[in-house]
Amino acid sequence: MGKYFDMLMEDVRLKEGLTACMNCGVCTAVCPAAGVYNYDPRQIVSIVQMRDDDSIEELLKSDTIWYCGECMSCRPRCPRGNTPGYVIQALRTLSQKLGFFVESEKGRQQLALKRAIGDNILRTGYCLTPRNIRPELHPEQGTVWKWIIDNDEQIYGRYTDAYGKEGAGALRKCSDQTLDEIHKIFEITGGKAFFDTIEHYSDIKAREMGFDGADEDYFMEVYTHNSNQHY
Amino acid sequence: MKRSSWTDYQKEIADDNYYYARSCIRQNFFPGSEKVFLDIVGRDLGRNIFDDPKHTSCTGIGYHSDVVPLETIMTVVARQFALMSEAGYENFTSSCITSFGIYTELLATWEEFPEMEERTREYLYKATGREFTKPKNLAHTSDVIFHHREEIARKAKRKLINTYTGEPLKVVEHIGCHYAKIFPKKGVGGSEFPYVLAGMVESWGGEIVDYPERRHCCGFGFRNYLVQANRGYSITNSHKKLESMAPYKPDFIVCNCPGCSMFLDKWQYTIAEMEGTTYGQNGAGIPVLTYEEMAGLVLGYDPWELGMQMHQVDVEPLLDKMGVEYDPTAKYLGKNGRFLGRPQKALVNSCIEEAIYKTSNRR
Ligand code: SF4
Ligand code: SF4
Repeated sequence: MGKYFDMLMEDVRLKEGLTACMNCGVCTAVCPAAGVYNYDPRQIVSIVQMRDDDSIEELLKSDTIWYCGECMSCRPRCPRGNTPGYVIQALRTLSQKLGFFVESEKGRQQLALKRAIGDNILRTGYCLTPRNIRPELHPEQGTVWKWIIDNDEQIYGRYTDAYGKEGAGALRKCSDQTLDEIHKIFEITGGKAFFDTIEHYSDIKAREMGFDGADEDYFMEVYTHNSNQHY
Repeated sequence: MKRSSWTDYQKEIADDNYYYARSCIRQNFFPGSEKVFLDIVGRDLGRNIFDDPKHTSCTGIGYHSDVVPLETIMTVVARQFALMSEAGYENFTSSCITSFGIYTELLATWEEFPEMEERTREYLYKATGREFTKPKNLAHTSDVIFHHREEIARKAKRKLINTYTGEPLKVVEHIGCHYAKIFPKKGVGGSEFPYVLAGMVESWGGEIVDYPERRHCCGFGFRNYLVQANRGYSITNSHKKLESMAPYKPDFIVCNCPGCSMFLDKWQYTIAEMEGTTYGQNGAGIPVLTYEEMAGLVLGYDPWELGMQMHQVDVEPLLDKMGVEYDPTAKYLGKNGRFLGRPQKALVNSCIEEAIYKTSNRR
């Protein structure tokens, strides 16, 4: 009893996010995820504070913890000063450390996020850059976005002299020294190891699911598949 | 709570000497807004602001997608603070709400858990040889504009007034969750009555629309947009807001956060293409502005120099109401003045020809 709770308590976000929940449900009332998914932050906080290992393990392997949008709308409203969004962050981190995230459809998407956002940070110094918002993967970005991407140098060039080049300005290229510092930070603080953990468990799961490892096909599967069992 | 209760949540905003941190989302979707912010602060207001080519993303989108660990983002943020101190600045201003939320959260975490600050210092030193000082003042870039709003009003070339009717323009303001929901005391007006954009709108002649879902999230939800399979979440929440504001017939939406500006613009396009619904007047979309664009229009900047052609929903109906003189043929020109062709027309753009026609009539 309490093994997972103790692991969660090593995360300051759990210390900050959970004191004593009185199950009032105010967080659920304001939660944008609760309006979309079969999701109830009150219940999550309640399960965690019960400290029962089996129930927490079930949570760590479920789709449920991946529904939250981390908007933190719950934070200023909780009458007990809890932050269910922080509790979710701690649960998601532990789920990935233990490899449990691959047991759910929404959890498996972490590979897509690691590759789309995480790898882009190491490559460019930014979470996103225009050319990785590809119109074919982002139809919702509309016709103007396609026009921008088709003419990127001409359009961004109106606002920045540094588009894709070193120097000050929007979308400047980060220098090698800057990127080197970012890489070292990721290495020393465990960011790289965390990325590797996501890749490692995803690769095992992908093979179990009949892919040749966590390849491009598996990436597209986790990025696009929706079983529609979440509502 | 009274309407004036925003005054309980005042924050100190530095008057001059800013270290500027760009935003991944804003520089991608609104590079003109970042440029005009620097022009307004540096040129129009005559303040000192430093655009440092050395800083990176705060990695906040990676952090809120749960792929970047807490210790990692703390150290990246510490590096930004180190760059600020090395450049001789103490006032940090961030162009992004996600980043602003990250900076406020991490500073508070270091207060509460000093051992984490210590560990971050060690990590940063080991990785980069740098040392950092925490900012004396932390502001979102909208706080800076808010702080100078009366000076901007005095220099205004145009007001937020409908020149056809003489009435104030009706404005929906959207704050962005991480501005004040994480630390209400760090945002002007707190989380219940955020006043940062409302203050600008009121000082510049417009009128704020109060509608039921005013405080609801735009629906970004990080992984809920970034992964294609989850985008139903994102569009559902924007849809909820748009349905709620439409009966009040807003003339435009202004956003604090670059992500929210982009979503409220792009999801209008998607909703229109999916089910034929448009929310603006004249059967088109509601124009969505950044506060830099709004300030830029007030100060007399050209809309295409502000980058407003990068929006999906056309802004011309608003420009016409405000009496902005603009060259409709300059909208689709590139850096070299060459015509780039037009984007394919979409349902939210249905009034574009009409807008151009009206402008040429006025002349
Ligand atoms: S609002 Fe706070 S006390 Fe109420 S159910 Fe949610 S976490 Fe528990
Ligand atoms: S942070 Fe998560 S749990 Fe809290 S309101 Fe937002 S979506 Fe809901």
